[in-house]
Amino acid sequence: MSDQNSRQAYWKANLRLVALCLSIWFVVSYLFGIILVDQLNAISLGGYKLGFWFAQQGSIYVFVVLIFFYAWRMNKLDRQFNVHEE
Amino acid sequence: MDLKTLTYLVVGATFALYIGIAIWARAGTTKEFYVAGTGVHPIANGMATAADWMSAASFISMAGLIAFLGYDASVYLMGWTGGYVLLALLLAPYLRKYGKFTVSEFIGERYYSKAARMVAVLCLVVASITYVIGQMKGVGVAFGRFLEVDYHTGIGVGMAIVFVYAVLGGMKGITYTQIAQYCVLIFAYTVPAVFIALNLTGMPIPQIGLGSSMADGSGMALLDKLDLIVTDLGFAAFTAQKWSTLNMVLLTLSLMIGTAGLPHVIMRFFTVPKVADARTSAGWALVFIAILYTTAPAVGAMARLNLMNTIQSGPVGSVDGNMVYADRPSWFKNWETTGLLKFEDKNGDGRVQYYNDKSEEFAAKAASFGWQGNEMVKVDRDIMVLANPEIAKLPNWVIALVAAGGLAAALSTAAGLLLAISTAISHDVIKGMIAPDISEKKELLASRLAMAGAIVVAGYLGMNPPGFAAQVVALAFGLAASSIFPALMMGIFNKNMDNIGAIVGMLTGLLSTLLYIFWFKGWFFIPGTAMAANTPGNWFMGISPEAFGAVGAMLNFTAAYVVSKFTPPPPEHIQHLVEDIRVPMGSGSASSH
Repeated sequence: MSDQNSRQAYWKANLRLVALCLSIWFVVSYLFGIILVDQLNAISLGGYKLGFWFAQQGSIYVFVVLIFFYAWRMNKLDRQFNVHEE
Repeated sequence: MDLKTLTYLVVGATFALYIGIAIWARAGTTKEFYVAGTGVHPIANGMATAADWMSAASFISMAGLIAFLGYDASVYLMGWTGGYVLLALLLAPYLRKYGKFTVSEFIGERYYSKAARMVAVLCLVVASITYVIGQMKGVGVAFGRFLEVDYHTGIGVGMAIVFVYAVLGGMKGITYTQIAQYCVLIFAYTVPAVFIALNLTGMPIPQIGLGSSMADGSGMALLDKLDLIVTDLGFAAFTAQKWSTLNMVLLTLSLMIGTAGLPHVIMRFFTVPKVADARTSAGWALVFIAILYTTAPAVGAMARLNLMNTIQSGPVGSVDGNMVYADRPSWFKNWETTGLLKFEDKNGDGRVQYYNDKSEEFAAKAASFGWQGNEMVKVDRDIMVLANPEIAKLPNWVIALVAAGGLAAALSTAAGLLLAISTAISHDVIKGMIAPDISEKKELLASRLAMAGAIVVAGYLGMNPPGFAAQVVALAFGLAASSIFPALMMGIFNKNMDNIGAIVGMLTGLLSTLLYIFWFKGWFFIPGTAMAANTPGNWFMGISPEAFGAVGAMLNFTAAYVVSKFTPPPPEHIQHLVEDIRVPMGSGSASSH
């Protein structure tokens, strides 16, 4: 695989990963925290209503995990396509 | 030891620490001054970013917002944290790879246009100055309440401290001071929260305590109890949604992309050694931010519960169910003297009635109790965090710590913003436009002078805040969301985006957002010039001016994309630049060449 092709494949893999992460980002905050909040509030998590928990706690925890997940996967992609830093 | 002496000691000790760090971390080169020599460890940078980002508003005002808005305040919690996901995935690693000193420099080179760079500088300076005013006010208020010094003197002392470490150390001094400031502010925020959670629920971790049962023997969940108490007094339920769904979605989105587009945050990621570090560093920043942002809902809800229980001490409507004014606790008296808490005995019974007299449903009931209107005529949101330790009867050293924490939050954010402003002036305007041949030594001097100038302007505006200071926060986020974020994102993800498309897009986003904000808030915020009253009925599809940044960003993307289809693609060397920033290899360190 030529250098140019390899870089394009790397970029495509990156875009797929970004799309996956941003889908999760959208689901936990906009979908669970706002749009579906009433439906989820019918379920309880300890003393929390689930929709309320996603809006004020859960989405923030997922955001943190998402960034580290992305960083970990990208480090692997960097090596796989041999574009990592020295 | 009395509270005042103790507060002077704690605040004095933290200030001595900041100055000590400043002397140790002096900057000798422009690279050290602008990007701390790109030698900052990702975890250290994450901590500094967290302090940079969390302002006096996060520390003092956010829990108060949550206390009174309840569920609707989620937009701020998600909006101000979710932006870091966008930053880590879409901007930070690529801008670090690009490896220059400022955000406007990237826009100028990527779109081969000095005009684009100037638009970016303008947005950056306006957004940063509006923010700095708020920080300076925060410093003045914190000094005034806790150290009992004059508001203007307070700002003067704050300016002097920032002056020492920002002018001396630039980004390097600011970074290491911010790390210390983060430790002070997070400790000061969580300690009272732990005690209060323990008090109410028997669970020391506030995030879990908020979802636990009350420790008063009722076995009722804390949030259910709070809903019950506030609805019994005619207020909307704490966990209920009051705003429209569309407006909540757009406001959250505006805050997220606004956060990702704020230059003083982005430039923090230029300081780490590698591209991979920029990714993880954003994660660490969010970890440190999340500690405060997940504690804030607990602080807000529990403070509201304590406040309601103190005033409505017995069953609603019973003769002795309300607090006797003469027996009010000492924190109540303290805050009354500041004017942030105000009581008016409307029915002359010597007791305090605090309820929602705007609720027509509840009005008849209230009248049957002999209540003649809500008697807590003023309850300022900001006192929630500051009064918390006193309400929970915590020892004096905790109160002194909260004062130091509030000051740390305000000073760290002010320093980051001042650096963004001075960098734009010395690097983008002086070196980039007026005198490209300036020597490094002279540029360093210019950036120090620009910093000193920025501090004086910020201090002046803090002492004489323009009447519209509170309004312009919407403007800062609107500008960042509608102009800077789309320009940066398209610069990286769309290789064919050309100069004309980008400039048309930036202006479309900028002008539409400005127009919408000014339409409802008055032209340049001059009172009486609004074209329509700022009420939900008048808003376009119910979208508030604060939430319009997301719409402006969408208009920006659309306009830029359409125009770029009809204009020549960027020259080959620009396309190579884009290809190059997409891969981490060969990152080297940030340089001015």
